[in-house]
Amino acid sequence: MTVLIDKNSKIIIQGFTGKMGTFHADEMIKYGSNVVGGVTPGKGGSKHLNLPVFNTVKDAVSETGADASILFVPPAFAADSAMEAADAGIKTCVAIVDGIPSHDMIRIKRYMRRYTKSSKMTLVGPNCAGIISPGKSMLGIMPGHIYKEGRIGIISRSGTLGYEAAQQLKNLNIGVSTSVGIGGDPINGSSFRDIIEKFETDDETDAILMIGEIGGPQEVAAGEFAKENMKKPIIAYIAGLTAPKGRVMGHAGAIVSAYGESAIEKVEILKECGITISKNPSVMGDTVKTVLEKM
Amino acid sequence: MDIHEYQAKKILSDFGVTIPRGGIVYSPENAENKAREIGGSKWVVKAQIHSGARGKAGGIIVCNTPLEVAQATDKLLGKKLVTNQTGPEGKIVNRIYIEEATDIERELYLGLVFDRSSESIMVVASTEGGMSVEEISKEKPETIIRSKIEVAVGMQSFQARELAFGLGIEPDLIRRASETIIGCYKAFSELDATMVEVNPLVISKQKQILALDCKMSFDNNAMFRRNQVSELRDKTQEDSKEVFASDRGLNYVSLDGNIGNIINGAGLAMASMDMIKLAGGSPANFLDVGGGATPEKIVKAFKLVTMDEKVKVILVNIFAGINRCDWVAEGIVEALKKIEVNVPLVIRLAGTNVEKGNQILKESKINYIEANTLEDAANKAVAALNK
Repeated sequence: MTVLIDKNSKIIIQGFTGKMGTFHADEMIKYGSNVVGGVTPGKGGSKHLNLPVFNTVKDAVSETGADASILFVPPAFAADSAMEAADAGIKTCVAIVDGIPSHDMIRIKRYMRRYTKSSKMTLVGPNCAGIISPGKSMLGIMPGHIYKEGRIGIISRSGTLGYEAAQQLKNLNIGVSTSVGIGGDPINGSSFRDIIEKFETDDETDAILMIGEIGGPQEVAAGEFAKENMKKPIIAYIAGLTAPKGRVMGHAGAIVSAYGESAIEKVEILKECGITISKNPSVMGDTVKTVLEKM
Repeated sequence: MDIHEYQAKKILSDFGVTIPRGGIVYSPENAENKAREIGGSKWVVKAQIHSGARGKAGGIIVCNTPLEVAQATDKLLGKKLVTNQTGPEGKIVNRIYIEEATDIERELYLGLVFDRSSESIMVVASTEGGMSVEEISKEKPETIIRSKIEVAVGMQSFQARELAFGLGIEPDLIRRASETIIGCYKAFSELDATMVEVNPLVISKQKQILALDCKMSFDNNAMFRRNQVSELRDKTQEDSKEVFASDRGLNYVSLDGNIGNIINGAGLAMASMDMIKLAGGSPANFLDVGGGATPEKIVKAFKLVTMDEKVKVILVNIFAGINRCDWVAEGIVEALKKIEVNVPLVIRLAGTNVEKGNQILKESKINYIEANTLEDAANKAVAALNK
């Protein structure tokens, strides 16, 4: 989706010269993403993977015209890096890192309030797989080859469950326009609602598969938004039917602490919002197919 | 991460909140002396476990003499307390907090949590202290007052004052009540807490405002910068398998069923548990080995799941991305050389190089049942159970 990334997106890697940054930069380049350089403070002026390294995001943006970035910096420094990207004029930033304190996430989001809607960076993640527009660009850590090019938008809190969905769609010969991993943390950069809103205006997307889980208000908020504002059909699966109340299930954000946060309650509310429910994770692809056939 | 009541109170006191005089003991021998040291004529002996509702479970005993304090301590130490929050196995009492008894005039409720909708800190207060917040919202919702705090600027005096007046606190005490509320807020925001609950917050007959009981939880992700808090962790209060897992970088939650799970990714793990349930089975655990599913993590995961005697079948479900199925398969084969598995094993691999991965498993001569889809894996695990 050109709203987030496309073939022309110029990508920089924050935390470029580290092990993770190096490995995934290489994977992205192999996929065909337009990686133009990276940032590692103190290593500016050198070359890494045959690409320029900069000390600051501002330098990288002014030298390369970068408009997208991906963070591979340790959790303790991630908030700082995300704010640096926002300030330097990056349009789309993906934070892969797992383990950013919630207080830091709130700080990033408050910091970003200083920008107007049109100049505000879209932050995706943290604790996510990133974004891929198959055949165009990959700004993430997913296995690119499981995504077939097509017209379904995927949004998922979980990385591997998002892969599972892409694979099921591919097996049914259904392709993906863009897949966005919004991450498993309690406070994240972009919510389900933020991304379905972008898919609604995306010419390359016909229908949306939303993969949620227990905990938090975001699936319900997206459902309520969709009911009033969306024309494109949404298919949803919510993981965690068997999850006990009050326990954190792997993702820091996957904990049922209030009404409307369990899988059963979310499914009921989403149904009332006119969203088609995939009754189990094995039929996400089939449910999308059924909806497409009715269109 | 949770901490004990006495630890939470110490933190509150550091932030200017008044707490009753008290002290911690680890043996009955010290209890009598400790009571005398604290002074007064009436004491409360409180079992320290990571759970609320201790009173109903017999974990809180009021005593009139130092000798009674020693007897109560003796009675509680080493005991397993079962509350409505601990599960049937209960939690062991290794520490006793002895506190001077308070003459209570009013009991209030004060709680602070993250509000995920507004992405701010929410303060919840009620005049109905002593009840759980769930009970209050069910039975006396009209008594609940809320205040949303903008994290960037912190809590303002007027916000604390509004809450204090909202609780019907008398004018002479408003100032002290506001300081108390702000103290709780500061503890929350400065120590990376995720929950601070003072229940009850009391007004004593002597017109003191005191935190009589307190629970605190902290953001595990922030412990790298909160050494003083992370040192308060008490592993005896956690499930031993969950401690084993967290020490090894695995996400594990103990459950009641008998199908053990080894899965990569939290969402896929929850989805697999759901499929097991739909197939008529019941998961013994939630276990996320991380998106990467490295061979080291897989060995640790097998060790952990085989430790659980409830487990009658093991289901491995790995969706390999960058980490490739062939590499994961080699990891599984290696793990099974090191760890003996005496129950049926169902393995489902998907993603990058799945054919190669399945071939490695087949040629390895390990004893397992191959599955292809999520549904197939769950069905085969349940079928293996019934054989």
